[in-house]
Amino acid sequence: MSKNAETEFAGLTFEQAFERLEAAIQALDEGDLSLDDALARFEEGTRLIRYCAHLLETAELQVQQLLSDSSGAVTLAPFESEQ
Amino acid sequence: MQLLTVSQLTRYLKASLESDPVLQGVWVQGEVTNYSASSQGHQYFSLKDESAQMRCVFFRGAGSLQNRRAALFSPLGAASVKLRNGMAVLARGRLSIYETRGDYQLYVEEVEEAGVGMLHLRFEQLKQQLQDEGLFDEERKRPLPRWPQVVGIVTSPQAAALRDMLRVLRARCPLVRVILAPTLVQGERAPEQIAAALDLLNAQGEAEVILVSRGGGSLEELWAFNEEVVARAIARSRVPVISGVGHETDTTIADFVADYRASTPTAAAAAAVQDMAEWVRALVAHRTRLTELVEDHIDAWRDELARCRRDLLRASPRGQLASERQRLDEASSRLNERMKRVLEHRQERLKSAAQHLHALSPLQTIARGYAVIRHEGTGQLVTSVTQVEASDALDIQVRDGHIRGVVWHVLPDEGEL
Repeated sequence: MSKNAETEFAGLTFEQAFERLEAAIQALDEGDLSLDDALARFEEGTRLIRYCAHLLETAELQVQQLLSDSSGAVTLAPFESEQ
Repeated sequence: MQLLTVSQLTRYLKASLESDPVLQGVWVQGEVTNYSASSQGHQYFSLKDESAQMRCVFFRGAGSLQNRRAALFSPLGAASVKLRNGMAVLARGRLSIYETRGDYQLYVEEVEEAGVGMLHLRFEQLKQQLQDEGLFDEERKRPLPRWPQVVGIVTSPQAAALRDMLRVLRARCPLVRVILAPTLVQGERAPEQIAAALDLLNAQGEAEVILVSRGGGSLEELWAFNEEVVARAIARSRVPVISGVGHETDTTIADFVADYRASTPTAAAAAAVQDMAEWVRALVAHRTRLTELVEDHIDAWRDELARCRRDLLRASPRGQLASERQRLDEASSRLNERMKRVLEHRQERLKSAAQHLHALSPLQTIARGYAVIRHEGTGQLVTSVTQVEASDALDIQVRDGHIRGVVWHVLPDEGEL
């Protein structure tokens, strides 16, 4: 059963994925896991690493601009910056 | 009433001037007149306004330490002003009396042109005020978030500073989202706008760290960042603020209030986010660790398995049978051994008994000359005179045969009967 890390963790931020990775490592480090659990944690960690790497590879800086109208309502609009 | 000499009075006046703390560090505003410079580099002039004037002397090297220190903390630097007649200046120094002429004069330690000097004064006054209020206290500084996902920027959308910051963010951490709160960064309306942009980012609520920034420029161009409204907006921001104004050498009030002072816009952007290269390194390290740990687990379970197998073999019925059989074997061989020894012992005893028996045999006695006498008819052994009568037939056995005979006479021993 091979899960696709990108879809499995879709919606997790890099931070959340990284923290889950650290949690998996810590669980393994504490050492009182069943073999099944240990292997499951290892595989989860491996998929999280793949997911984090994928995020880093595909990340593109998103720039928005804060606009407020006369009534004081605040909106976000894309900001076109020349690269 | 006391009579004083001129010298005594002058010295008294001088001492009282020099013991007055206000007069020992005073800023005086005025116009330069009667300017002259000596060949040693000392400068003499008067400061005047519409209705008064006073003598001033600016010795070469005077106040240079203070100037250097001021240069570190002021946006003005230590640029020395070239004085000339008619120039409007601010002079800082201490008052004393030149006894020879009886003139009171200002011993100047620092001179600035009036315009710049006023900015300097306002800077120093505001800095002092905010410092006294505790706005610069280290305890007020909030830690920067380790993983900001949304970075707020307060700057001009047209500025080169914004492009620099976006370039750094894109290179270091393109995972973040940037929210720009556009504002003027110089001119009269800039301070209010900068403060409003900060408030707006706080109100919008997504930004986890805010960069307040402007590229390099003159003192006047950077001045908005020395205004109180900006300082107060930074101080009340719930979101940590990083300042990055001007070049490395520029320091603004905003820098003092900000949670983190970066020397330039570029440095501010770099301080706001982690470098992606660090994450890549961290991921590689985590992968190594993960593999090591799972291998440790597998090894530990393998050891556990081996231990279990040993325990199991020890406890199994088959193992028990084998060991029973072994015990049986051992017992039976012990038994055999024992039997053998018992038999040997018996044989030994038998042999010695036989020897003993042999020694006791009557045949041995007969051989030494004794005879065995039996009744001829009954075969009964005759050991007493009472057993026979005259005419009984007897069998007398000797060493080498038998003698047959008849009893003649029976003679019991005296006293035997």
